[in-house]
Amino acid sequence: MNREAAGALRHEFIGLYGMVERNWYLIKRYAWWEIAFFFWTAANTLTIVFIAKGVVAEGGTVNIDRLTTILLIGAVIWSYLGIVFELLIETVAWERWEGTIEYTFMAPLTRAVHLLGTGIFAIGYGIVRASIVFAAIAAFFGLHMPNANFFAALVLIAVASISFVGIGMMTAVLPLISPEKGTQFGYVAQGLMLVVSGVYYPVSVLPEFMQWIAKISPATYALRGERAAILDGASVGGVWGDLWPMLIIGVVSVPLGIWVFRRGELHAKKHGKLKRSG
Amino acid sequence: MFAVEVNNLRKEFFRRDATRTGWRKRRRRVPALEGVTFTIDRGECVAILGQNGSGKSTLVRLLSTLLLPDGGSATIFGHDVVKESRAVQRLVNRVSVEASFFKKMSSEENLAYAARFYGMPPSATKQAIPEILERVGFPVGRRHEGMEHLSRGMQQKVALARALLTSPVLLLLDEPTTGLDPRSKLEVQDFIRDVWTSYDATILLCTHDLREAEVLADRVGILDRGRLIALDPPEVLKEQFEAETLEDAFFAATGRTFEEEEDEDAERGVFA
Repeated sequence: MNREAAGALRHEFIGLYGMVERNWYLIKRYAWWEIAFFFWTAANTLTIVFIAKGVVAEGGTVNIDRLTTILLIGAVIWSYLGIVFELLIETVAWERWEGTIEYTFMAPLTRAVHLLGTGIFAIGYGIVRASIVFAAIAAFFGLHMPNANFFAALVLIAVASISFVGIGMMTAVLPLISPEKGTQFGYVAQGLMLVVSGVYYPVSVLPEFMQWIAKISPATYALRGERAAILDGASVGGVWGDLWPMLIIGVVSVPLGIWVFRRGELHAKKHGKLKRSG
Repeated sequence: MFAVEVNNLRKEFFRRDATRTGWRKRRRRVPALEGVTFTIDRGECVAILGQNGSGKSTLVRLLSTLLLPDGGSATIFGHDVVKESRAVQRLVNRVSVEASFFKKMSSEENLAYAARFYGMPPSATKQAIPEILERVGFPVGRRHEGMEHLSRGMQQKVALARALLTSPVLLLLDEPTTGLDPRSKLEVQDFIRDVWTSYDATILLCTHDLREAEVLADRVGILDRGRLIALDPPEVLKEQFEAETLEDAFFAATGRTFEEEEDEDAERGVFA
């Protein structure tokens, strides 16, 4: 590698670090809000997980521990995906609101590094927060997971995150195209993705056309793999059938996400939408 | 080679009208810049005068790669703003009318964030940030305070520090003193003069402050409804339009006063 290329690479790494560092600063500065959002996520998760007890109370006969864990995994993956999408959508939305968007987009940084920096932070932050929620709710219900293979679960979420970030990049373009409603539409994408992926139920209960869509959703494999690892103690080799589709989706979705974002950026530059609002 | 070379630059926007054609609202073409041509030499300070909506900010956004032109060309030190945007971005920085920061973050954190994009690692900014803040007259001891606790004048000083931290060779100043109190305004103007002389920077200053333009710039341009109708040293402009003051020259060149133009500018709906 020649000196010029090494310098350019170093520049990009510093930019990547800058994105992670900025997000860390913001998390620190909004620490009280983080705590409030944590309780909100925990409350949301509880409302879902209590359904298992509700089924028994209504006379249903289910393995309550197993159903509780199935619902807990679904709720935690939902909240994790929410964090990843939210942070990526805020790449544009927050900067537009603060007015820094013009300074960030006129800086000599590739869009790939800009988005990946946010993505890396989102994965790290999301995994920490989702793990805390998972542990807290599991403790609240006194769930025992004697067979759980948490290493395999971590590998699964790490691999799933690649494709989540790729799809998140595509949704991050929405506030560029529609400053007013783009952010909310990102949440619509999150909901649509999870509804076809078997968030609280097996994909097999869905209508056939939805099952077809489920095949291209990384969340389908993430949810199925996580349940196999935590409930049945499946190893990394045991969940390979869920890992390889996520790897393929990730390899396709990240470059596609960057491409879509770049197209959105060019649209915004053409129509004068790269400016503050609010 | 010119620091800035703009040739027949055009930009237009489309705005939706209230009137409808069938189901669809009609779209109205709004020209923001119409065939603007000029050059700036290295080390020169050029002010562009114009009312709100005259196209000043559109020009700055085009030169800072935030907009794509509809026609013509613009180069910064020989680099095309569209085809070689990365090279241009390395050379340019700007200060705009809004200071624009993450308000909960401190000035130091905001500056560090901006500097990373220009390849400055923590080891470089640790020393550079306090130094540059001191240089712009910002109390260095307050660099850990959130931006939301700083006055507008203080925030604008941090904005100047952000622009200078990356050592730009072209500084785009888009109404940097608008909305500041008289003292802060003078401080910022003094600092701009200081930067110009000591940093060997080329400056494009867009303003609607006639006195600011006259005091700071080598040449003053008059941008009216997207057209650059004059660009000369202030004395030449006054002579050309047989005016005693720059304001009279502006009036003679455009045929309107600033006050008259404001309503029309709002109607044009282009970038302020």
